[in-house]
Amino acid sequence: MLDAYIDRIRAAHAEDSPLIIQGGGSKTFYGNPDEGEVLAARALAGVVDYQPKELVLTARAGTPLAQVEALLAEQNQMLAFEPPHFGGPATLGGCIAAGLSGPRRPYAGAARDFVLGVRMIDGTGQPLRFGGQVIKNVAGYDVSRLMVGALGTLGLITEISLKVLPKPAAEATLQFELDETEAIVKMNQWAGQPLPLSATSWHAGLLTVRLSGAASAVHAAQAKLGGEALKDAAAFWQRLRDHATPFFDRHPSTLNQRLWRLAVKPTTPPMNLGGAQWIEWGGAIRWLTSDLAAATLREAATTAGGHATQFRGNAPADGVFAPLAPALATLHRSLKQRFDPKGIFNRGRLYPDF
Amino acid sequence: MISPAFLSQLRRLLPPHCVLNEREDLLPFESDGLSAYRNTPDVVVLPESEAQVAAILQLCHKEQVAVVARGAGTGLAAGALPIDGAVLLVLAKLNRIKAIDPLARTATVQPGVRNLAISEAAAAHGLYYAPDPSSQIACSIGGNVAENSGGVHCLKYGLTVHNILRLRAWTVDGQLLEIGNESLDAPGYDLLALLTGSEGMLAVITEVTVKLLPRPERAQVVLAAFDDVAKAGAAVGNIIAAGVIPAGLEMMDRLAIQAAEAFVHAGYPLDCEALLLCEVDGVNEEVSDDIFTVHEVLAASGATEIRTADSEEQRLKFWAGRKAAFPAVGRLSPDYYCMDGTIPRGALPHVLKRISEMSSEFGLRVANVFHAGDGNLHPLILFDANQPGELHKAESFGGRILELCVEVGGTITGEHGVGLEKINQMCAQFATPELVRFHEVKAAFDPGTLLNPGKAVPELHRCAEWGAMHVHGGQLPHPALPRF
Repeated sequence: MLDAYIDRIRAAHAEDSPLIIQGGGSKTFYGNPDEGEVLAARALAGVVDYQPKELVLTARAGTPLAQVEALLAEQNQMLAFEPPHFGGPATLGGCIAAGLSGPRRPYAGAARDFVLGVRMIDGTGQPLRFGGQVIKNVAGYDVSRLMVGALGTLGLITEISLKVLPKPAAEATLQFELDETEAIVKMNQWAGQPLPLSATSWHAGLLTVRLSGAASAVHAAQAKLGGEALKDAAAFWQRLRDHATPFFDRHPSTLNQRLWRLAVKPTTPPMNLGGAQWIEWGGAIRWLTSDLAAATLREAATTAGGHATQFRGNAPADGVFAPLAPALATLHRSLKQRFDPKGIFNRGRLYPDF
Repeated sequence: MISPAFLSQLRRLLPPHCVLNEREDLLPFESDGLSAYRNTPDVVVLPESEAQVAAILQLCHKEQVAVVARGAGTGLAAGALPIDGAVLLVLAKLNRIKAIDPLARTATVQPGVRNLAISEAAAAHGLYYAPDPSSQIACSIGGNVAENSGGVHCLKYGLTVHNILRLRAWTVDGQLLEIGNESLDAPGYDLLALLTGSEGMLAVITEVTVKLLPRPERAQVVLAAFDDVAKAGAAVGNIIAAGVIPAGLEMMDRLAIQAAEAFVHAGYPLDCEALLLCEVDGVNEEVSDDIFTVHEVLAASGATEIRTADSEEQRLKFWAGRKAAFPAVGRLSPDYYCMDGTIPRGALPHVLKRISEMSSEFGLRVANVFHAGDGNLHPLILFDANQPGELHKAESFGGRILELCVEVGGTITGEHGVGLEKINQMCAQFATPELVRFHEVKAAFDPGTLLNPGKAVPELHRCAEWGAMHVHGGQLPHPALPRF
């Protein structure tokens, strides 16, 4: 099976013909338009090894994310970065290549924090293996993590080893009526206290906070924080994770409205950019439905210590991701050149020039 | 050799006290924490500003002089070993804490700031910096980033790579790289991860923004004794399977226990084969629940004795033995050699048995100290460097242990780095195609191979030579010759 992929990639390399790597196709909307023939990666599926006591799972990249999560749930474990599925048949490989994380991210870590090792095929058809299946490993450069969020531009990920964690014994979700300014301050103040926070959200005057941990700890924090307990909280967080609420959906209907993801310093006060807003990650993500110019939003995000991504909607000319400073752009091209010298993988997906 | 002309150019860039090239000034820099490897540097520079760092790099790049960056010099893999003809760039004087933001829970510091100094400065806000390598009173954050340092709390709180947000770093041709930012991610490739643990091979770090965490409300430790190391190893897996992620989970074998007890009188039981220290921290109620669970699991796993520290004083006493394990073992023997392999925890009984067999084979004693939670094994090989051949024997033994780690699916270094020490074992860990990619990653940053040349990633011909020698008992001819 792997040989078929190697042959296909070697041929594409030889013929200089671009490939679009596709897993479950749940995140085709994400990134810039790319060009080439589709290389379906779903066939490389199956869990290779899972040792609950080692907290390590290894699976081939085409394995459905839902299958991985179900297997972990049988052992009361989970992917702590709470990856989005976006309502589609997401694969583990796509999840890692996109590098996106869900509501638990600021409190438990991002996708990249849980990657222990990858097997991949580079742009010349060379199979490679980086990292491993152990939690602590500093031999060689951390190429495994370099693959996370690279959107397949450095190679086809074929197998991934991840650190997994026990599921919390108890969870509770609380809601508070608060304005934006107060909510941002509260989220940051609480994150600086020993509280079992596991997710935060603010939208339309409502701060929603999830607590996770031992039942006793969750109860104690609940008593301390107050608020209204939210029923059906699991569905709330899943909808937010997967953007399955009308807020995230409204942009395709109106031509100029685009969904922007402003990653900023979490303590950034209200940005007052107009449009509808949903705050996540303790204040570090401001989702914005806006028709403002890309340059305006990028500048606002940079001033706030971060960067802006146009998450959904037609890509601007310089791409959906924030352009890189010249020294970093040079390094990106140089790394790309070394892993995929002819630029056959996902051409243009990350940055329009490669 | 460094030419007088180059030296005078350096002196033009820096105040006189920041350029050292008298022999007595250079000797303190001849090794890092791995003192078996020594080489007197040709010249040491101690810049006092970021601009000076950039100027030094630009000059070295122009004159094609190699640069070895060094922090506090506590590294254990000869990563900061001076190289002939190179400048030793010591970043210790860049030691200012530039900002602490208690609400955003970050600290922005220069690379020479000591690891513990960050937590000390953050303490007033109820915050701390989580990674705690055992050298934390001395090691600097720049070195921590270069080595991706860990510590005893890695399983729960991660390594350096999980606890930093942003770097300012300079390429060898003197270009500034601003990597990461104040949000939780950055566009493009994850260069923050790539630079972390890159051992001074890719760029020189001049500023780090780290994450700070709230101090746990409570920490409590349980000590358990076992009559069999395999049972202790199994207990570790059982604790994790019960859904507890301990803040620290340490194991010591008989020799390490005896040495530690004789040294600091921690009150350890002496009639056992293995000791586990399991610390849980967090919210008060959660700690109570977890301690109960841990106690039950340890009993069910066959512990012969279980003690829970019921005061902060006793907690610190339990830890004192573990924290003093290295110097304690040092009292048993004129010298010891500390290894740093990581293994899947399940392989522990097999690995310890093989180490014990090799110990007899080499005629050298070994004490084992183990970050059991994350599988990071520190065998301490006891030897006497004054006995001809013993250092070489200890190194060969250590090399064999690391290869055993690779054999069982682990790695040759969990937290100390490769440096020069484990450069041969990199040939066991990685095949040629991966090593080629590593060299290419370096070339993307440093095409002239000026930053720390010869460290961290072996040249392919070195591996070919090593592979061929290895068949013949691990003896390289002329072992002192550098093989870059």
